Amino acid sequence: MTSVQAMLHRRPALRLAGLLTPALLWLGLFYLVPLGFLLATAFFATDSFTGRVLYTFTTENVVEVLTNPAYLLTVVRTVGVAVGVTALCVVLAVPLAAYMALVAGPRARPVLVALVVTPLWASYLVKGYAWRVLLAPEGPLGGLSPGYGWVAVVLTLTYLWLPYMILPVYAGIDGMRGSYVDAAADLGARPWTAFRTVMVPLLGPAVAAGSVFTFSLSLGDYITVQLVGGTNQMLGNIVYANFSTDLPFSAAVALLPLLVMAAYLLTIRRTGALERL
Amino acid sequence: MKMRTVAVVGALGLALAACGGGGGGGAAPGGGPGAPPGGTPYAGPVGQGEGKLSVLAWPGYAENGSTDPKINWVGPFEQQTGCKVAVKTFATSAEAVQLFATGEYDVISASGDASLRLVYGDRVQPVNTALVPNYADIFPDLKDKPWNSVNGVSYGVPHGRGANLLLYNKAANPTPPASWKDMWDANSPAKGKISPYDDAIYIADAAVYLMATQPDLGIKNPYALDQKQFDAATTLLKQQKPLVAEYWGDYVKQGQGLASGSIAQGQGWQLTANLANADGDKVGTTKPKEGATGWSDTWMVKKDTANVNCSYQWLNYIVSPQVNAQIAEYFGEAPANQKSCALTANKDHCAQFHAQETDFWGDVYYWTTPTANCLDGRTDTKCIAYDDWVKAWSQLRSS
Repeated sequence: MTSVQAMLHRRPALRLAGLLTPALLWLGLFYLVPLGFLLATAFFATDSFTGRVLYTFTTENVVEVLTNPAYLLTVVRTVGVAVGVTALCVVLAVPLAAYMALVAGPRARPVLVALVVTPLWASYLVKGYAWRVLLAPEGPLGGLSPGYGWVAVVLTLTYLWLPYMILPVYAGIDGMRGSYVDAAADLGARPWTAFRTVMVPLLGPAVAAGSVFTFSLSLGDYITVQLVGGTNQMLGNIVYANFSTDLPFSAAVALLPLLVMAAYLLTIRRTGALERL
Repeated sequence: MKMRTVAVVGALGLALAACGGGGGGGAAPGGGPGAPPGGTPYAGPVGQGEGKLSVLAWPGYAENGSTDPKINWVGPFEQQTGCKVAVKTFATSAEAVQLFATGEYDVISASGDASLRLVYGDRVQPVNTALVPNYADIFPDLKDKPWNSVNGVSYGVPHGRGANLLLYNKAANPTPPASWKDMWDANSPAKGKISPYDDAIYIADAAVYLMATQPDLGIKNPYALDQKQFDAATTLLKQQKPLVAEYWGDYVKQGQGLASGSIAQGQGWQLTANLANADGDKVGTTKPKEGATGWSDTWMVKKDTANVNCSYQWLNYIVSPQVNAQIAEYFGEAPANQKSCALTANKDHCAQFHAQETDFWGDVYYWTTPTANCLDGRTDTKCIAYDDWVKAWSQLRSS
């Protein structure tokens, strides 16, 4: 035992390899390899009758996905939903997180955090169906209901993912308590000025971190739109509808959110938010 | 006609052989069925079971008491045969084909839009119906059909059938509708309140309506559409889209909409109406004058199953008069066994589901997998194959 310890102490490279190997194996085997398969599958053909994959190279699926207006329009709509959900989450989360971190007393704070997290204990489907009932055209909201459609999808997804925005923003604001805000007040800044000139710039990375969750979760969702989306569809629905008859085509469609997400993460990285996750 | 089909199949077989194929696959790449895969049916006799059986079924077809302790016909089968049964259910034909391809299941209840894909995909074996005593009592108009047999070779045992009916909210439709018109017409009074089925196979419903309303298109079989006919069907579906409240995939949700009136008309099942009418007579059903699509399911056996005796015992058990009656009543469909009609708890069951009325089924077009080789026997043109149906449906839903 001690000899192992001694050896590890003498050989930093071995130490590093021991620490990194499990994580890298996990990342490689369960993430990068399947991603490679996905990419490769998109370039195979299918037997149109039996649905069996034919291992011959074709760019047909990828070209169709990238040129067909119906699919591109779905990308635009799906990204639109993800942006809408993220924006709404920010608008709701920032004041709430600010209240929790700065106004609420030290005893109320953990209770509020627990309350924010509580909805995550309920099943996604239970919450989805609850919104379906709530937003029904002849439902409890009556004339106030927007009916089933994109507005309903954005509302429901916002409800579902809001805790994922509140928590990083709360952590971000919590880090400012007692230092930055007080310093701003000491230097004569009124609350609004302090919020605008001190808190907002510091909040950027926290909001960006939360948006990674809300944006990516919305981008991949395909169940909520089935429950409250009326006749609308998102990208995930196209993958779901095609995967059993034409796996390569589905793989090609699945590349689209991957591209969007990669572009999004590259943008986000510039804000430094990825260090906050 | 029959001669021509045989000739075509023969020619395709030759072509395949010429390609030096003769391999296990059997399906012609990129197109319709070639010669069906070989394989001989079980010679029998059906002996002692192997002790276990893995069943892939529509929900409600293989109930073992886990849904409702009172609903259990798998238990008695296990006691009688000693075959321990594991049941897995699926929600769509597409999912069924996908799951069965894993090779983990011995038998499957396949609808017509799955059965041929299993046959030509080399997933199932021919079935020796002589080893299934209850096969003799199956309604003759269910036997030797294109979705359960190929060239006279049976690939399974019929289980039951139903028609996709026009369901309507009675308050919204004081005069019962007799036509699909309000589900397709751009100026429909039911605008914004209709509910079509959310699956590519629904394109056939558009084709059924076109058969009656645009005879010039020359559609003979709603699953055999050439490019022009297919385009007409998708155009009709695009015209329908603004009328749609929701495309349904969950019959319970659809039933709730029909009962509450948020849906005025929809395409669906008798079962949906029965459940929706549990509290009050709100939903009516009819098979419109244009005809309808439908489903006729078949129990099939995995190609190289190790549990062939248990499989055959299951096939015989599931279409036995008493059990077939029980399933038909629980699921809400017409039984396949003629003797089942006398054994249902509700004596009107067979009448309600038109089990004995051959005429009723004349203009019911059972789900079938569309293939590039036209199913109606045309050889001078290519038909649109199933994967393109699925893509067209995706595009319609995404547009």
